[in-house]
Amino acid sequence: MIEFHSVTKRFPDGTVAVDGFSLVLPSRKTTVLVGTSGSGKTTLLRMINRMVDPTSGSIEIDGADIGTLEPVKLRRGIGYVMQNSGLLPHRKVIDNVATVPMLSGIPKKRARTEALQLLDTVGLDRSLANRYPSQLSGGQQQRVGVARGLAVNPNILLMDEPFGAVDPIVRAELQQELLRLQRELGKTVVFVTHDIDEAFLLGDQVVILRTGGLIAQVGSPAEILANPADDFVATFVGADRGKRVLHLESHSDGDVLVDADGRLAGVLAGGTSPSAAAGAKAAPEEKAAPEVKAGPFAGSGAPAQGGDPR
Amino acid sequence: MNFFADAVAWLFDPTNYVGSNAIGIRVLEHLGFTLLTLVFASVIAIPLGFFIGHTGRGRGLAVGTAGAFRSIPTLGLLTLVALSVGIGLTAPYAALTVLAIPPILAGAYTGFEAIDRATIDAARAVGMSEGQIVRKVELPLSLPLLMGGLRSATLQIVATATLAAYVADIGLGRFLFTGLKNLDYAQMLGGSILVILLALLLEGIFTVLQKLVVPRGVAAGRPTDIWAGFTKLAR
Ligand SMILES: Nc1ncnc2c1ncn2[C@@H]1O[C@H](COP(=O)(O)OP(=O)(O)O)[C@@H](O)[C@H]1O
Ligand SMILES: [Mg+2]
Repeated sequence: MIEFHSVTKRFPDGTVAVDGFSLVLPSRKTTVLVGTSGSGKTTLLRMINRMVDPTSGSIEIDGADIGTLEPVKLRRGIGYVMQNSGLLPHRKVIDNVATVPMLSGIPKKRARTEALQLLDTVGLDRSLANRYPSQLSGGQQQRVGVARGLAVNPNILLMDEPFGAVDPIVRAELQQELLRLQRELGKTVVFVTHDIDEAFLLGDQVVILRTGGLIAQVGSPAEILANPADDFVATFVGADRGKRVLHLESHSDGDVLVDADGRLAGVLAGGTSPSAAAGAKAAPEEKAAPEVKAGPFAGSGAPAQGGDPR
Repeated sequence: MNFFADAVAWLFDPTNYVGSNAIGIRVLEHLGFTLLTLVFASVIAIPLGFFIGHTGRGRGLAVGTAGAFRSIPTLGLLTLVALSVGIGLTAPYAALTVLAIPPILAGAYTGFEAIDRATIDAARAVGMSEGQIVRKVELPLSLPLLMGGLRSATLQIVATATLAAYVADIGLGRFLFTGLKNLDYAQMLGGSILVILLALLLEGIFTVLQKLVVPRGVAAGRPTDIWAGFTKLAR
């Protein structure tokens, strides 16, 4: 369990990146910090492994104040994965993964054997072990980054926009891979992203941040979708979803779902009557309208909203 | 009168290869003097350059000092030191060490500064200590630029080491000064040719070394112009 107690970070230039932040991050769950660029996500994440020290307040891991721990030792016990992998360009994949265990005194042979197993774990072919990072694709590099993060078998895994720089298809693949890993390994994952879809997909607990590391809302994806705390959250949650607000259009061949951009999105499973769909999904006064606009949460995978959500 | 033919004749005259003033001995002296000066300058400049490159501290001071060192006329400094410590090897070693420090310093710290900050940040974040970051990350990745600095310093020393003969009985400069005194132009030109050949030889060795130290896995085409960063900073 990671606990932030009224943590504030003011950088020497006066920027207050995080202001009075308090939060409990439960063990063996994924907590996602999501917010726009500059909202303090990275600063929050890096305070957990003391890459950044708070100006005031304290952070505890399993009850121990990390301010009293030696930073290098603390970091060796915490996995860290970042955007653009941060791999050592002059070391082979296998040595990148084995680096930290060897620093911690594990013999080279054993570290390399375990590194090979970790390549399996993150879905990388062992034949890539002797390549250099520059010889891998972006997605492969991120997998190596994850393997390195897992190499010391840490309880905590910090991930800073790890899938931010790969294309959407690879990103989706890596996200599923992380979900699988998390089911198998049950780490305490702290994941930073600016992508609300990614946050809702991966997070058990999602923290929506405003500029200055202020918490706009904390909750499970379903809770946040069901009851956005304020307009800021509603907009943030809705902004990316706008493109997936679906409505029903009647065509001579039948009824189809169309998104806000006019693209075909699919058909409703089961009944195809517009009024039946409207009754299930939309506000009553829109029932009679031929074009049915679903609520903002349609298509998000959230539980159906019975009445007016707000 | 053909100076060049005379010089070649001098170079191939067997009598010039015997005695205490033999060409072979002078070449070895010159080489030894160059390498030892390189060691002196490196011992000062490399740790300092690594410190500046790793911490980012003291860079302004170092750039200023190195710039000042570069503009000191070596012959003037040599004379000045010789006047205070007397005739002998101390003065040329001191003067040429001063000459060699700026390029080595620049090579050392620009080598560190050229490394992607994200790589170093990641190394620290996964739990490398500062010493481990220097030894296992910054040092290997900075070697090509450091080697460029050493190469540049070596060429300057090997050429300027002829001045050592001005205050001491050492090196290929002896042929130049003796030749000048006796108006023996064949000897002067022959000595110069030897300096040039030695410089070319060292240049060739460093070209190979510089290629060898590029870590595998690091993309070719890294910047190797050590002065690029230096002059940018000095401006
Ligand atoms: N080392 C630093 N010095 C000064 N300001 C910083 C530093 N690191 C981050 N900041 C500032 O703190 C704020 C939060 O940054 P960051 O935590 O990186 O945000 P995010 O990861 O959400 O984009 C930004 O305004 C950023 O400019
Ligand atoms: Mg960030």
